[in-house]
Amino acid sequence: MATSAVDVRSRRGFDFSKWAVFPALCATILFFVVPLGVMLLWSFYQRIGGKIDRDLSTANYVKFFGKPYLFEGLINSIEVALITSVVSIILAYPLAYIIAYKIPARWQRFALILAVLPFWTSYVIRSYSWLLILSERGIINSVLLGLGVIDEPVTLGYNRGATVLGFVHFFTMLLTLTIYANLVQIKDSYRMAAADLGASPVQVFLRVTLPLSLPGVAVGAFLTFVIAIGDYITPQILGGAKELLLPQAIMLQVTRAADFPMASAMSMTLMVVVTIAYLVFAKYLKMERV
Amino acid sequence: MARWFRHLPAAFYLILAYVFIFLPVVILVLFSFQDGQLPVPPFDGPSLRWYERMISDSRLVEALGHSVIVALLSSLVATLLGFLAAYALARRNMPFGGGIRYLLMAPLTVSYLIIGMGLLITFALIGIPKSLLAVGIGHVVINLPLCFAIVYSQMGEHQRNIERAAQDLGANDLQTLVLITIPILQPALFASFCLAATLSWDEFIIAFLLTRFDVTLPVIIFEMLSAGLNPVLNAAGTVVFAISILFVLLALLLATRRKRANVDAAG
Repeated sequence: MATSAVDVRSRRGFDFSKWAVFPALCATILFFVVPLGVMLLWSFYQRIGGKIDRDLSTANYVKFFGKPYLFEGLINSIEVALITSVVSIILAYPLAYIIAYKIPARWQRFALILAVLPFWTSYVIRSYSWLLILSERGIINSVLLGLGVIDEPVTLGYNRGATVLGFVHFFTMLLTLTIYANLVQIKDSYRMAAADLGASPVQVFLRVTLPLSLPGVAVGAFLTFVIAIGDYITPQILGGAKELLLPQAIMLQVTRAADFPMASAMSMTLMVVVTIAYLVFAKYLKMERV
Repeated sequence: MARWFRHLPAAFYLILAYVFIFLPVVILVLFSFQDGQLPVPPFDGPSLRWYERMISDSRLVEALGHSVIVALLSSLVATLLGFLAAYALARRNMPFGGGIRYLLMAPLTVSYLIIGMGLLITFALIGIPKSLLAVGIGHVVINLPLCFAIVYSQMGEHQRNIERAAQDLGANDLQTLVLITIPILQPALFASFCLAATLSWDEFIIAFLLTRFDVTLPVIIFEMLSAGLNPVLNAAGTVVFAISILFVLLALLLATRRKRANVDAAG
């Protein structure tokens, strides 16, 4: 029957599916592959005296890795992304666990939707909202001053801690989703069997639930690291001027210096870091499944 | 009584977590009704003056319009292209099918900042000016992989059998597509459109890099932010949040109603 269907189709003039993939393919090549190629090429150009020198050289990369004020952006970004991932996992895991195992099944959907509702506040506004809380005249300082705990407002915003807080708030929601999705797939019978065989609740968690939920943690951690390391808005609004993260350093090259070759070289470096993270996590995920 | 006691730590953690998650939103919304000049304590309100100020700010309203246009059109294009590609790859043995699938998903692994930078340099070279069109193209690039993946995941063997039945009964490819495939895939198409629209509506960095005069809402909000805390931003943020929540609730409602209808039909 399958062959007859093919025969019938080949006799018709119009075969829709032959060209159906091409619009998407062309769009991806034209507006994704080509721009990446252009950027790679430009990263080997140089901006000298306001003009683009098109002789290929690795000068931008040498400068990036040689000048501490540029290279530090990369180190800061990796540190912030790692801290964010770890803290977000520590906060999100218990939340996902409670929603998956302690809340009655009929309320779980509601509890989960509630836990990720602020996901849909505007991305720029979310960071701004934290300023309302952390700023010198913000909520925390007002409360502490009112209670008489402090006499002078304390500086809470415009530093690395504020950036991490903004990130952690967002990624706790994301990780709660991925970990919850993983936890509800673990069959109850596994945990019951372990308990029947004499495992204490702590042992059941450490030796059954936790190992089986690691793929969900890994997926969430990977997403967290990759999105956090490429984000410009959160450090720009909350982080202050003392230290720059890599995306901020890249944007400075674009908006202030108009040095597109340098910005391209830095973007390529960021892409390599993300690719390494992907390879690390892909390997880790596969090992978990074996 | 004893059970209550056992669940106390969990309940306590749950409440703390929800407070943390909702704190910024609650503060944002509360101080959008502030009567004073700054969105900081003490709260003296409620007042709608900052909402009035927002509506009379022509740049904000204009940017809102731009955002809606870019979100709707770019998601429409992304969903259409994603659907066509999924249709071809799920239904035919394309040469290099696996490679094409991988290529279509590749933009997901690259930061928006890098995609935006690449488009900025390339558009400057070929002479496409900074514009809403340029932003729309950028948003198609970032949303196409998601739209493709959502639709592709819903084109299984079951749908294929129904299509075969239609073709055996004499429908040609176009008829099968319009009368069978698209109606079956309608929930997936709707979901991918909604997701793409929400992501485009909220996207900042590509819109920031690829616009000059006709900016979108996140960009204008960011520019206003550099002038410091401002209750108009609270009002704008509250409106954006309300619109997004309405959108999400609508999608959820449609999804549950459809599921219920399917269960009824099956029963």
